[in-house]
Amino acid sequence: MNETLQNTQAEIIEGLRETLRKPVTLDGSTHIVRDLQLDSLAVMDFIMSLEDRFDVVIPLDRVAEVETLADLARVVDQLRGRT
Amino acid sequence: MSILSKFAPLRQTYEQLRAAGQNPFEMVFDGMLSPTEGLYRGRRTILLGTNNYLGLTFDADCIQESVEALHLQGTGTTGSRIANGSYDGHRKLEHALAEFLGRRHCMVFSTGYQANLGMLSTLAGKGDYLLLDADSHASIYDGARLGHAEVVRFRHNDPDDLHKRLRRLANEPGSKLVVVEGIYSMLGDAAPLREIAQVKREMGAWLMVDEAHSLGVLGDHGRGLAEHTGTEADVDFVVGTFSKSLGSVGGFCVSDLEDFDVLRVACRPYMFTASLPPAVMASTLAALRRLQESPELRTRLADNAGRLYYGLRDLGFAVGPQASPIVSVALPEAPLAVEFWNRLLEGGLYLNLALPPATPTQQPLLRSSVSAVHTTQQIDRALQLFELVGRQLGVLPALAGARRQRVAPKAAAPVHADVALIASAGGTR
Ligand SMILES: Cc1ncc(COP(=O)(O)O)c(C=O)c1O
Repeated sequence: MNETLQNTQAEIIEGLRETLRKPVTLDGSTHIVRDLQLDSLAVMDFIMSLEDRFDVVIPLDRVAEVETLADLARVVDQLRGRT
Repeated sequence: MSILSKFAPLRQTYEQLRAAGQNPFEMVFDGMLSPTEGLYRGRRTILLGTNNYLGLTFDADCIQESVEALHLQGTGTTGSRIANGSYDGHRKLEHALAEFLGRRHCMVFSTGYQANLGMLSTLAGKGDYLLLDADSHASIYDGARLGHAEVVRFRHNDPDDLHKRLRRLANEPGSKLVVVEGIYSMLGDAAPLREIAQVKREMGAWLMVDEAHSLGVLGDHGRGLAEHTGTEADVDFVVGTFSKSLGSVGGFCVSDLEDFDVLRVACRPYMFTASLPPAVMASTLAALRRLQESPELRTRLADNAGRLYYGLRDLGFAVGPQASPIVSVALPEAPLAVEFWNRLLEGGLYLNLALPPATPTQQPLLRSSVSAVHTTQQIDRALQLFELVGRQLGVLPALAGARRQRVAPKAAAPVHADVALIASAGGTR
């Protein structure tokens, strides 16, 4: 994992901690729906907050196949590289 | 393992709702007595959750013209608009809607849901962007999913947030289509359309407004929020439905765009479904005429809406941000809301119950929709029942002297099911 990807993942985890407001262990292997029990709306709202955190656009279809936080970090990292 | 196993949590929620009394998602009326009264288990029940804004479902002219069409042209068209299913009535209604809304073109769809499905999936193609208000109706989200455009949400009714997201897309070559609703179906709040139109102009985007709940309701002539806010020139596409103020079923889209008609042979939810029956076209056309000839219906609707909204607010209920024909009361938790809803029904009042995550604020809602033909007595009876049940369940403080009785809800409904649960029409997401 390169450095920017690592940073992206760390920032996503930080954002998620702020959103969840409850203590949980989070790492790249955390499964977003299964482990965190977020419904589809909560996931979409979290994505919206990440768009602001990274100042990027994260189209919803890009996150359709995301399962873990590492998957999400890769998608966001790609989109950050685009601008 | 059954193919339906994945629905186990939903089934559990559903069954717990049943245990609480009448399941709000399984309501069956024995009959309709008028636009505002139905029979439920043999009892006259006030209908305060039917989206029947102008009360035209029993309008004598609408019924007569519908019956005539039925006799002359039969029960159904048995075919698509682009095959055997376009009759004189479909074209007449399209012309009448275009003329009423001051547009050059109109396409009629078999439902409002399909109008959104069709327009969103066809207008925005690969490489284009759809910018959806976060609280958009399920049909808007589904239309976005059906197409190949990139989908971006912006914060509900927040033009600055929309601006920020469009700015991030400034260097992307694709077209950007912004989609908002005239009146949002859960809380009854209107879009800040003037500000959104300004953002749209500045950023070179296209703008679509779904006037499902505002057609016939807002504007001096009933053309909706765009008329009411003086933004019609900025709105490129208006989508709407016949299933609310026009009292029938169907949907439409109007536009001034040159070549709009090419969509008739490109838009799959328009092409690959049977057209509406002639009787529906006839009653809708008559209802559209009534809507234009009877502006007093809108005045009465606004009066009734205000009476209910301010009445509930003054009682101490948590209502939405502005008075409109959609009046929603937020309650803290689902089991309480289910109990409240059941007690209103037992008292002879029907309205919609919406449970999270179908609600924008993650709170359950008791959602009323007011009609122009509700009598003052019906609205006042609703207020009385709300007050009575509110005090019984401890949502409102007990009156001084009265014994406070916090009644425990009969059953707990888990709210984790990841599905839009909304009784009757008008759910989000
Ligand atoms: C905002 C909005 N758009 C579209 C629709 C769909 O309309 P229809 O009932 O004609 O399918 C509805 C109603 O459910 C709605 O609330």
